[in-house]
Amino acid sequence: MTELMPAEGVFSLIWLLIALPLAGAAVLLVGGRRTNAWGPLLGVLTVSASAVLGIVMLLQMMQNSPEQRTFDQTLFSWVFVGGFQADMAFQLDQLSMVFVLLITIVGALIHVYSLGYMSHDRDKRKFFGYLNLFVAAMLILVLANNYLLLYVGWEGVGLASYLLIGFWQHKPSAAAAAKKAFVINRIGDVGMSLAIMLMFVTFGTVSFQGVFGVADQASEGTLNAIGLLLLLAACGKSAQFPLQAWLLDAMEGPTPVSALIHAATMVTAGVYLIARSNAIFDVATVAATTVVVVGVVTVFIGAIIGSAKDDIKKSLAGSTMSQIGYMIAAAGLGPIGYVFAIFHLLTHGVFKAGLFLGAGSVMHGMNDNVDMRRYGALRKVMIVTYVTFAAGWLSIMGIPPFSGFFSKDEIIHAAFEQSVLTGVLLIIGAGVTGFYMTRMFIMTFLGKARWEDDVHPHESPKVMTVPLVLLAIGSLFLGMALLYWGNIETWLEPVVGYEAGESPISTTASIALSLLAVGLGVLVAYLMYQRRAVPIEAPHGSWLTRAARNELYGNEVNDVLVVQPTYYTSRWLVWFDNKGVDGFVNGSAAFVGGLSGRMRRYQTGFARSYALSMVGGAVLVVLALVLVRAS
Amino acid sequence: MNPSSYVVLSALLFSIGAIGVLVRRNAIVVFMSVELMLNAANLAFVSFARMNGNLDGQVVAFFVMVVAAAEVVVGLAIIVTIFRTRRSASIDEPNLLKY
Repeated sequence: MTELMPAEGVFSLIWLLIALPLAGAAVLLVGGRRTNAWGPLLGVLTVSASAVLGIVMLLQMMQNSPEQRTFDQTLFSWVFVGGFQADMAFQLDQLSMVFVLLITIVGALIHVYSLGYMSHDRDKRKFFGYLNLFVAAMLILVLANNYLLLYVGWEGVGLASYLLIGFWQHKPSAAAAAKKAFVINRIGDVGMSLAIMLMFVTFGTVSFQGVFGVADQASEGTLNAIGLLLLLAACGKSAQFPLQAWLLDAMEGPTPVSALIHAATMVTAGVYLIARSNAIFDVATVAATTVVVVGVVTVFIGAIIGSAKDDIKKSLAGSTMSQIGYMIAAAGLGPIGYVFAIFHLLTHGVFKAGLFLGAGSVMHGMNDNVDMRRYGALRKVMIVTYVTFAAGWLSIMGIPPFSGFFSKDEIIHAAFEQSVLTGVLLIIGAGVTGFYMTRMFIMTFLGKARWEDDVHPHESPKVMTVPLVLLAIGSLFLGMALLYWGNIETWLEPVVGYEAGESPISTTASIALSLLAVGLGVLVAYLMYQRRAVPIEAPHGSWLTRAARNELYGNEVNDVLVVQPTYYTSRWLVWFDNKGVDGFVNGSAAFVGGLSGRMRRYQTGFARSYALSMVGGAVLVVLALVLVRAS
Repeated sequence: MNPSSYVVLSALLFSIGAIGVLVRRNAIVVFMSVELMLNAANLAFVSFARMNGNLDGQVVAFFVMVVAAAEVVVGLAIIVTIFRTRRSASIDEPNLLKY
């Protein structure tokens, strides 16, 4: 059992991890134009300072024994109503620690890269303000020690993503994409808030310690309900089936935002939520199985979409969906999977940031064209981007010794321990990954140049390539480092639990199978895109290709299932409001008005007719009195 | 003398007053009719006081007289003012205060 350590020494500064980027966001957004000159640099500095602080805390944490690595800092009592209590309190343990490092270090690299990428943008300062807000919200999410505070970060991430996806709001497509992301996330948020309420009703508390301590005492039905609601929340944030549609449109934002959303923040939140709530999912077997199913389905949806898109960013977005699907599936496997879900999340965070920033670098040199059919042969003119993108490419496919190999292989192995079917499906998914990533790589960097006439590709400035190089080094070594030197299983075990299961096939066999699948994928992509010329106009393609280009009709399904019914319900409600509610109110007003119009005719101005009315009234009263008396 | 005769007289006077208020156009005459109605009421009060053998009705009659005096002051002032502006004491002419 882990001890709760008081936050002393360097850990008394846990709040500062969040406060730094939050203060940066506040200064940049409130300060306005006065901060234009030095604002972006301040944004970089605050996140970098958080990263340094995080590294110091990691070193300090490694001094303690594994049971004494959970630090708790209560700032003040936040909500205190009746039996309900939620503190503004942070909890830093091994799980939060790795997330803090991922968010701040990758976040800082993306900030640095943005200095170059956004250098010509008029609203550069605002962009860095939003980036800082994004990082701060994500840090609140992973450092909270209760679900309510986590929800604050959860919503903060949603808000920041909305602002950033719609950063180029003068483009209608960007504004629409931002709204779409926000609305779809809101569906997930409903799950989150219901889960929190259900937890409070069931356990009487929403703090992690309180809920997990008594989680196994609740009935399995309740736990399954909480688990499924949490899964709904995770689906929204992590773009899992059936709430995946926003992620592809989110590419409307500037490329560093895509990198931040896909690597360090936002989409990882769902995986974090499930790994953090492991005590619930361990007991809620139905919910856990659903998690695996959702994960595996999304692996394929993402991979198929990624295989058909010609837009380099959307293809990468499909790959993110697919890779997050791996993590969610691993998290659903239970104690054999949580560790590897987080492991894959970390390696993916690094190599996907590298891939996205690489794509941004390519776009930077190609006049912001995203169509891979107009790329080709860029390896000669963008040598740094080429090499670093190759590192990400090999890593995401899981080629040893790149980091993706270790994490993905562990997930596949863990899946075999649970069920052979899941394992086989995940191996096939790895093969598709090999196909679409190779396709993207060949279409972008190899083959013949298919550039538009006025394009003069060039390598990006140092401020953009240095983060790329650092992330490429990360994609190469992080897997090995975490597995062999960092012992990720034993590091995370006190928080999420870990047990090795019995696998029906040996580790060597599963590695060989997944490498074989990847090799096949690479071979197919090589034959299709390297040996044959890539046409500039997209060919008609098979029905599957066309479906994948249309994002597997996800938007149409949403349209029919959600948008149209909502639209018609609203139309009906508007009609009812106009005719029914307003009709009643307006009708009674018109009735009173009309009646008054008639009645006022009796106000003639003739004093004698008033006198007659009085006499008549008096006579009536007397008559009434007489009649009552007589009866 | 039978006290009920006084009550009948009072009713007669009241009716004459009421009809006077309704049918006459001259404001002064209408006013006098109102006074007639008030005094008819006073007569009824006093007769009932006599019939019941206590003084309550007589006390009320005094109150009515005081109120009537005050009313006369206000009413005549209004009539005089109207007469000054319109050169007429007709009660039907000032009819601007209407719908």
